[in-house]
Amino acid sequence: MNKWQNNRAWFLIVPVFLVVAFSAIIPLMTVVNYSVQDIFGPGQAYFVGTEWYREMLHNSRLHEALLRQIVFSFTVLAIEISLGIGVALTMPKKGWGASFCLVAVALPLLIPWNVVGTIWTVFARPDIGLAGVFINSLGIDYNFTANPVHSWLTVVAMEVWHWTPLVILLCYAGLQAIPEAYYQAARIDGASKWAVFRYIQLPKLRGVLLIAVLLRFMDSFMIYTEPFVLTGGGPGNTTTFLSQFLTKKAVGQFDIGPAAAFSLMYFLIILLFCFVFYTAMMNADKGDSK
Amino acid sequence: MRITGKHVALIAYLVFLALPIYWLLNMSFKTTEEILGAFNLIPDKFTWANYTMIFTDPSWYMGYINSIKYVAMNTVISLFVALPAAYGFSRFSFVGDKHMFFWLLTNRMSPPAVFLLPFFQFYQTVGLFDTHIAVALAHCLFNVPLAVWILEGFMSGVPREIDETAFIDGYSFHRFFLTIFVPLIKAGIGVTAFFCFMFSWVELLLARTLTTVNAKPIAATMTRTISAAGMDWGGLAAAAVLTMVPGIIVIWFVRNYMAKGFAMGRV
Repeated sequence: MNKWQNNRAWFLIVPVFLVVAFSAIIPLMTVVNYSVQDIFGPGQAYFVGTEWYREMLHNSRLHEALLRQIVFSFTVLAIEISLGIGVALTMPKKGWGASFCLVAVALPLLIPWNVVGTIWTVFARPDIGLAGVFINSLGIDYNFTANPVHSWLTVVAMEVWHWTPLVILLCYAGLQAIPEAYYQAARIDGASKWAVFRYIQLPKLRGVLLIAVLLRFMDSFMIYTEPFVLTGGGPGNTTTFLSQFLTKKAVGQFDIGPAAAFSLMYFLIILLFCFVFYTAMMNADKGDSK
Repeated sequence: MRITGKHVALIAYLVFLALPIYWLLNMSFKTTEEILGAFNLIPDKFTWANYTMIFTDPSWYMGYINSIKYVAMNTVISLFVALPAAYGFSRFSFVGDKHMFFWLLTNRMSPPAVFLLPFFQFYQTVGLFDTHIAVALAHCLFNVPLAVWILEGFMSGVPREIDETAFIDGYSFHRFFLTIFVPLIKAGIGVTAFFCFMFSWVELLLARTLTTVNAKPIAATMTRTISAAGMDWGGLAAAAVLTMVPGIIVIWFVRNYMAKGFAMGRV
């Protein structure tokens, strides 16, 4: 759509800018401040330049956490996107079934994140949890607090349980927006189910899928509360992701400088990934309207 | 109705979705002794005691009231500032519009775990610490960008000729916006409100950091109980069940808009 050229539109943007800037700019500047200072206490801070940045770049535990984070994010992204599309395709299109499915599917999204951790703790505990007891009764010695593989699988299952619904909702809305005429045309041409999916549904879903990828990537990359409640980062450090590593450093060990330095890098990593997704999305939009 | 592989797959997924919630419900009706002592698929001695405990103890039920207060404030503020901005982004091109839009989105990307300390200091300095409005404003950081984004999609789905006709007919901008445009994108406002509600309701870290007593959210009340000696699993389960209730109510109202309009425009 071609838009009106008018710089006075800025007046419409000002309230948003003020509200967001109020919470965004000063805290961000504080973090920048911390990242270049060594802080011993109130009023006792020394400028150290880029020392913290260099220290964090060579921190091997941080590299491990970063690697774990990347593996985790891409694993859950792959599962959630494919499962989300699949479920959205099977959901009824109208009637009470559709309403019921929508409400049921949205349920996990509405649970506070630490409560999600609690739910999965009581669900997976080998002594009192439904899943834990069931898996153990199959003869598998399942214990997510002691076995790294099990705890890793449990965190992934929790994340998939928690966030696939968002992908489903977005895809479902995307599918609803496809005009019936497209399907009729496909029927006349005798297109197979796969062809309908590949050449009608998938291209039409591209917009919502990019949003889903963007939101899911940001949030899974910053995941903190759920694994903190479920595994506490253990056993050992096997489920300590970036946010948890940083919080331990900043709050637990009071290494604010290095933590601030890294959080800025962390922010830049997310920004970089999102910029790539965002640019891809905008270009996809342009391709559509041609 | 014919049962096909499709239905089986959907039902399997819904079961996966429901199992943890079923287990939570089941536990919330048991006494803690029964939870730890025996393994039952349905409660042996069915009890409402856990729920009674929450509704009679102010330190529990005030948590819900606090949460609902700041979530409502946040939703109202987000919609109020996002509506004009989304209109601006969807109708006009101006210097720096794309950069502004992307800057808004970047605020969703700052890892909150790291900004806790600066947030704490900043809100204490401006004297808003431990108030509902502090949490509401802090949550605007990630809700306003999302609200602008979703609303912009809905608004772009409304043909611009409607605006032009209204201005030719002599409507002032305010009158046009409030009496014609806002009713047209009702569905979008509903969906946006749902998402603002959702993300503000589920957030814990900022809400917990910015409050101590007066505005303490329910999610934070629950973490305190976890660390208390001797886990009260029954009470915890009941509290968790109750955190789902407001969300269910909200989604029941927007469920039809959800499917209809979400894919309009960019979103």
